[in-house]
Amino acid sequence: MTEVSKVEASKAEASKARPVSLDVNGRAVRVGLDDPDTPLLYVLRDDLGLHGPRFGCGLGQCGSCTVHIDGAAVRSCITPVSSLKAGQKIVTLEGLGTEEAPHPLQTAFIAEQAAQCGYCINGMIMQSAAFLTESPKPDEAAIRQALANNLCRCGTHARIVRAVQRAASAL
Amino acid sequence: MSSMISDTPALSRRALLGGAGALVVGFSLRPAAAQAPAAPAATPAGLPTAGLTKPVNVDEVDAYLTIGADGRVTVYSGKVDLGTGVRTALTQMAAEELDLPLAAVTLIQGDTGLTPDQGPTYGSLSIQNGGAQIRQAAATARKALLGMAAERFGVAPETLRLADGSVVGADNDQKIAFAELIGDRLFDLKVDKAAKPKDPALYTLVGRSVARLDIPAKIFGTFTYMQDVRVPGMVHGRVVRPPALGATLESVDDSRALALPGVIRVVREGNFLGVIAKTEWGAIRAADALEARWSAGTGLPEQAKLWDHVRATRVTKEDVTSNVGAADATLAKTARTLSATYDFAIHTHGSIGPSCAIAEIKDGALTCWTASQMTHALRRQLAAMTAIPTDKVRCLYVEGSGCYGRNGHEDAAADATLLARAVGRPVRVQWSRADEHGWDPKGPPTLIDLKAGLDADGKVLAWTSQFLIPEGSAGNVPLVAADLAGLPHETTMSPGNIIHNSAIPYTLPNVRTVCRRLADTPFRPSWIRTPGRMQNTFANEAFFDECAAAAGRDPAEARLAVLDDPRGAEVLRRVMTLAKWEARPSPKADSQGDVVRGRGISYVRYELYRTYVAGVAEVEVDRRSGAIRVARFFVVQDCGQIINPDGVRNQLEGNILQTVSRTLKEEVTFDRAQVTSLDWATYPILTFPEAPEIVMELIDRPGEKPWGAGEPSAAIVSSAISNAVFDATGARLRSVPFTPAKVQASLSAT
Repeated sequence: MTEVSKVEASKAEASKARPVSLDVNGRAVRVGLDDPDTPLLYVLRDDLGLHGPRFGCGLGQCGSCTVHIDGAAVRSCITPVSSLKAGQKIVTLEGLGTEEAPHPLQTAFIAEQAAQCGYCINGMIMQSAAFLTESPKPDEAAIRQALANNLCRCGTHARIVRAVQRAASAL
Repeated sequence: MSSMISDTPALSRRALLGGAGALVVGFSLRPAAAQAPAAPAATPAGLPTAGLTKPVNVDEVDAYLTIGADGRVTVYSGKVDLGTGVRTALTQMAAEELDLPLAAVTLIQGDTGLTPDQGPTYGSLSIQNGGAQIRQAAATARKALLGMAAERFGVAPETLRLADGSVVGADNDQKIAFAELIGDRLFDLKVDKAAKPKDPALYTLVGRSVARLDIPAKIFGTFTYMQDVRVPGMVHGRVVRPPALGATLESVDDSRALALPGVIRVVREGNFLGVIAKTEWGAIRAADALEARWSAGTGLPEQAKLWDHVRATRVTKEDVTSNVGAADATLAKTARTLSATYDFAIHTHGSIGPSCAIAEIKDGALTCWTASQMTHALRRQLAAMTAIPTDKVRCLYVEGSGCYGRNGHEDAAADATLLARAVGRPVRVQWSRADEHGWDPKGPPTLIDLKAGLDADGKVLAWTSQFLIPEGSAGNVPLVAADLAGLPHETTMSPGNIIHNSAIPYTLPNVRTVCRRLADTPFRPSWIRTPGRMQNTFANEAFFDECAAAAGRDPAEARLAVLDDPRGAEVLRRVMTLAKWEARPSPKADSQGDVVRGRGISYVRYELYRTYVAGVAEVEVDRRSGAIRVARFFVVQDCGQIINPDGVRNQLEGNILQTVSRTLKEEVTFDRAQVTSLDWATYPILTFPEAPEIVMELIDRPGEKPWGAGEPSAAIVSSAISNAVFDATGARLRSVPFTPAKVQASLSAT
């Protein structure tokens, strides 16, 4: 026997969503949020339908949700939308490059076949893209260090490092 | 419940394409067209037209493949791609048999309405068994196509061949497209075991490192994972689990949760508690706001005394996995006896993306989108739980985050089902990280006692071992939701076929290996990549090294001396060459300084009948901190015929790295109530700076059967590392994980 508590529909619908403006992948977007502290990840995935950033832990531990905010790699799962400043530019994997106009890292990850399940790969590419902007010619140890807080469970580490090296030499 | 699926659901193009309430927004049943830019974005070709029934019986050709009016071939696979690349490899196998380019074949995976029940995707069997079935169905189709064309042309089938979607005559004078012969019609044929598959010498796709079909979409953020699927009218659910195993739900104060915006319902069914909201974040907040009172749980053993607990657990039966000569009697009278106990910690699967599922119940039928590795079995479990007839339940596989065994996907599917039933709308359930780490079924603790009797020359005359492991095999793991809600579910344990590789691959005169099966284990068990084979091989191969050391023999030569298997000897010899193995006994005589280096070898024949793997670990041990670094791992694998060499390499690299992680770092922690390792800080895994270099050689045998490639190499990793640490330090590690504290304790005891 299922016990169910019901909220009157009117109350649920009556909640006032607050409008929030964001700059995502070069596009000005407006979303309505019940909670201004909603982590950016849920806005990107659920309101804007983006698939690049992924939910992995919600704790900032694994890196699957990484996006760029003004060029810096940021964990979107622990970034409340309320913490964003007006005009900050958010870029996701989809905005980094496309099949028609790929980022060199995307080309390199395909060339190295650097994915197994691929769930972490968004984070690997976004973290590396921000890193390569700062350190365009890193050695292998520096790449490993730059990705030290990005987790991969399938064990694709060697291919990922090779892909970042390949992209670095192409940049 | 019947274990045989024999229904033939009516299949319509409309249903397949997303009408009829099947699938919509942001999701397509057309994996190749939707997700693989390499394939032409063609029509959903290959799918039979409206009104046709699609057989799914495992003995029918139409269960595995159909040819559309446009000539495109659709392959239906009950085995699914868990992030391993088998979608590409199975496509290669089917395309090869039909002499088609890869892009002409679309693969549909794990849809209980469309694909045959080829068993769960586990045990490194997707190519070996699943691929073999698809190959045989395609070979039968090939024979049928040649026969149909021969009849049209009035010639013998032997004079014809397949080329690029047509059957053509020897002089290319006669040509007829597959579509014209069979397009949009069923073959209506049993799979012919006598249909001869293509001669491997003629392969153009199999054996080549074809680029994986799924990778580009994963790199551009356009891939649709299970976590990305959205269904019209869908709402978001979240579950609230008990804070202690076995606790009962005494009361729930949901006033705070219900006051939050967008909360639709709180659902309670026995001890199953969940919340439904308009948005995903709203559901997370509501779950946090629920104030539930639970009873004390049934209790867990003290973790510090886990092995005493295991040893004290009732034994329900003994599986004697090998018995040669008179092992116990010989042991009593050998010149020298060695004995040791090995243990292997409880592990979690640790998928990077927590489990997720969507369920919808409409007009008495349940549809469930799931990343389950066993959609056909899940279908029967959900039917049993809900009392919805099995033929009214359809489970559709959508790839999730990497899946290395029976993790939480099936449980998330059951959660979504109960919530969808309560609210009457499609519900998506996304587990939290703590749900995943806390509530996925666990790789059970393993305790192994070994003894060996050596003669005066150090030859092993007798070998005995006992493995204290939970009873059960690879059935259905009970669904958490069904258990909590008091709904029908299995009551037996299913840890996987964990007795494999308890017997040893060496020819010794007296051997007795026994698995003593335990009535219980602290957590709901299931299989995690290489279940049993990993733990058992760890003990066997490390203890074998102990015997070699006791005899003062080189550990590689000691293995070769008793290995009566040329293919096994070949992988061992090749890995010795690859690693520039220096023949000498362990430990090394000249280890000096704070950081010492060593090498260890290990060997397995998977399940003693298939894939061969040999490996060498090179480690550095910091004597001060007790930290181990695996610098390099050399591996040679012979899995028979290789379908996609780069795919196998990718799997092998990943498997070894994952097992280095499990060996050095991983252990589920718990208090007397529940799991306490609920995130990546408390259950750390290997990171980039710690990742070893992996050097490998594959032995391809195109004329042989293809055997499993994804699991076997994990079996040798823990022992190779233990053997290498012994080589470097003289200290023997017998307890996984090899934490710095255990290494230090072992060093000071040496």
